[in-house]
Amino acid sequence: MADFVSGFWNVYVMGLVALSLLFCVFILASNMTQREEGPVQLHGHVWDETIAEYNNPLPKWWLYLAWATVIFSIGYLVVFPGFGNRQGIFQWSAIGQYESEVAKAEERYAPIFNKYLEQDLLTVAADPEANAMGQRMFLTYCAQCHGSAAQGAKGFPNLTDDEWLHGGEPDTVKTTILGGRMGVMPPFGPALGAEGVKDVANYVRSLSGLASDSLRAQRGQELFAQNCVACHGAEGKGNQALGAPDLTNKSWLYGSSEATIIETVTNGRVNQMPAFKEFLGDAKVHLLAAYVLSLNKK
Amino acid sequence: MQSQATYNYKVVRQFAIMTVVWGIVGMLVGVIAAAQLVWPELNVLEWLGYGRLRPLHTNAVIFAFGGCALFATSYYVVQRTSHTSLFAPWLASLTFWGWQLVILLAVVTLPLGLTSGKEYAELEWPIDILIAVVWVSYAVVFFGTIAKRKVSHIYVANWFYGAFILAVALLHIVNSAAIPVSLTKSYSAYAGVQDAMIQWWYGHNAVGFFLTAGFLGMMYYFVPKQAERPVYSYRLSVVHFWALIFTYMWAGPHHLHYTALPDWTQSVGMLFSLILLAPSWGGMINGIMTLSGAWHKLRTDPILKFLITALSFYGMSTFEGPMMSVKTVNALSHYTDWTVGHVHSGALGWVAMISIGSVYFLLPRLYGKTEMYSVKLINAHFWVATIGVVLYIASMWIAGVMQGLMWRATNADGTLTYSFVEGVKASYPFWTIRLVGGLLFLAGMLIMFYNMVKTIAGQKAYDAPVLTPAHA
Repeated sequence: MADFVSGFWNVYVMGLVALSLLFCVFILASNMTQREEGPVQLHGHVWDETIAEYNNPLPKWWLYLAWATVIFSIGYLVVFPGFGNRQGIFQWSAIGQYESEVAKAEERYAPIFNKYLEQDLLTVAADPEANAMGQRMFLTYCAQCHGSAAQGAKGFPNLTDDEWLHGGEPDTVKTTILGGRMGVMPPFGPALGAEGVKDVANYVRSLSGLASDSLRAQRGQELFAQNCVACHGAEGKGNQALGAPDLTNKSWLYGSSEATIIETVTNGRVNQMPAFKEFLGDAKVHLLAAYVLSLNKK
Repeated sequence: MQSQATYNYKVVRQFAIMTVVWGIVGMLVGVIAAAQLVWPELNVLEWLGYGRLRPLHTNAVIFAFGGCALFATSYYVVQRTSHTSLFAPWLASLTFWGWQLVILLAVVTLPLGLTSGKEYAELEWPIDILIAVVWVSYAVVFFGTIAKRKVSHIYVANWFYGAFILAVALLHIVNSAAIPVSLTKSYSAYAGVQDAMIQWWYGHNAVGFFLTAGFLGMMYYFVPKQAERPVYSYRLSVVHFWALIFTYMWAGPHHLHYTALPDWTQSVGMLFSLILLAPSWGGMINGIMTLSGAWHKLRTDPILKFLITALSFYGMSTFEGPMMSVKTVNALSHYTDWTVGHVHSGALGWVAMISIGSVYFLLPRLYGKTEMYSVKLINAHFWVATIGVVLYIASMWIAGVMQGLMWRATNADGTLTYSFVEGVKASYPFWTIRLVGGLLFLAGMLIMFYNMVKTIAGQKAYDAPVLTPAHA
């Protein structure tokens, strides 16, 4: 559908709005009848044996109410946008209101956040006041995926267990929040076949001491060496530069059951952490990163 | 001279009975959805999860329950006030079976997740075409009957029914315009904010014409009939009819305040919503004042209680609506349960109660009786329903205002005081009260069903003879 950019539409809208208001004025003005002396008369038609109509005049208070809304509307259109392209005397706009509110908030709140930018992340992480601010932001921006207690959910990392997909150094954590992360595990189902996948899954389980079929694990080890070590490393310890998980610890992003691992290996996984730099700015991310770091201190 | 011809009551009977049946189904689905909010673990099957049931609930109560009530009463009223039988009775019969088919298709497709994604217009394009066919047939029957009327003046109830039928045809056809990609999937013919505007032009006028004008038509017949009093003011009915019909068309943008919709559209939408207050109240005044001189009847006549309480709720929600359309109020109320409460004060308080009262009036007359099986049960229904509505609305008001205030609360550093889930947690008690309110309202419908069955059982269908007009 085309956008209505022609100047004609301005006139069109003005015309329609004016006509509509004039109609309201007309219908009210032409019905300002007074109550006549004597009993109210019936209008003179009868339907279905009993249905008739009195012809009472419009109640005064009702008429005043109607006039008030019409007059208010005309006044509103003088001062606010609404009559075609006219901006109105107040020069108000929704985007203008938004920008001025953001500017006001920026002026008022930015110093509160900016003062922490001068401190390094670990110092901020040890500051209870900063952590309280960080937690409030975490509950607003991060809890949807990572949970209110930051313990994650299936597909969303636990931030309290000191295991890191992309690295737990203070600056790395901040980089993760600023720029976001993409985690991609390619699908190996077609390459390995169902049996092969099952063998690899058993080997992967054996890496962290989980129960496994030793024969399958042995076969899986060979397949792992051919297909998986490029990212997960020869010992399965992962690679934080690639975001490849360590397979030897107790931390599982999607789950450690044989069935889940088979699903992961067969279909691969795609995971995304969104970038917050543009949205929140450096100072707020600084506090968030410090808060996340503080979760691992305990 | 009494003619031997009879009114066509058959289609009225069919729609009247299905009004009660679909009312129970639609409200039951609503109760289940309300329970799912209180106990999320009730979302067991994907077909019966909250997201699938919610549109089924809205479609069932608005179009199945409300729609059948409108068909039944309009076919009855247009015949009786035109002093002639229905035009093209076979086509009227087609509207009944066609409409039931639409509802059945909705009951099947919505739980399957087949949806166009437009609120109150979720049904996919083949069903939309069927709706259009049924609706045009409805218009032919209705206006055909008006055309062959035996009285010169068209009674005000028929103006409202007529406006409702015409406007809904226009709204449905424009908003449902879509490009099909398969039998079960289509994409809207409009894009972006224009699509949103057309959707809410439709959405609010569905409220304005389907849920208001149509039911005002009902009010204008059944209130004076049941009260046995003349309508308060002919002049008021003319003024508020034209004002209502004219201004409702503008009101849609108030659903899109503070969005990408241009500022001028939002302003105009808000202003005409405000102007709507007086025309809406015109209907309430005309209905309630019709009772002047007969107030004592309210004590003993539960049907009149339903009708007048409906008008009170109508007045209340048409005051609330314009207030909520004011941008500063909307900034607090939008996206909260306040909106849900507002809708239900209209849907349960006004639409359902006026329909229930009218159907109680109709049923015995469609079977050659003067009264329902039990007037006491009507009275019981009235009280159960009224308490249900009050619990529903009050809990949603409190929950809505609370949510709005929690969402905007900030700390000294500008961060939000409450995370979203805290607002959800705080809402649980009110969602529970809402569930109780909904259960009560549903219980009332079950009482009505029992009363209906007892009224009809053993009775022969009755078609009243066509009356000669009084001043013919």
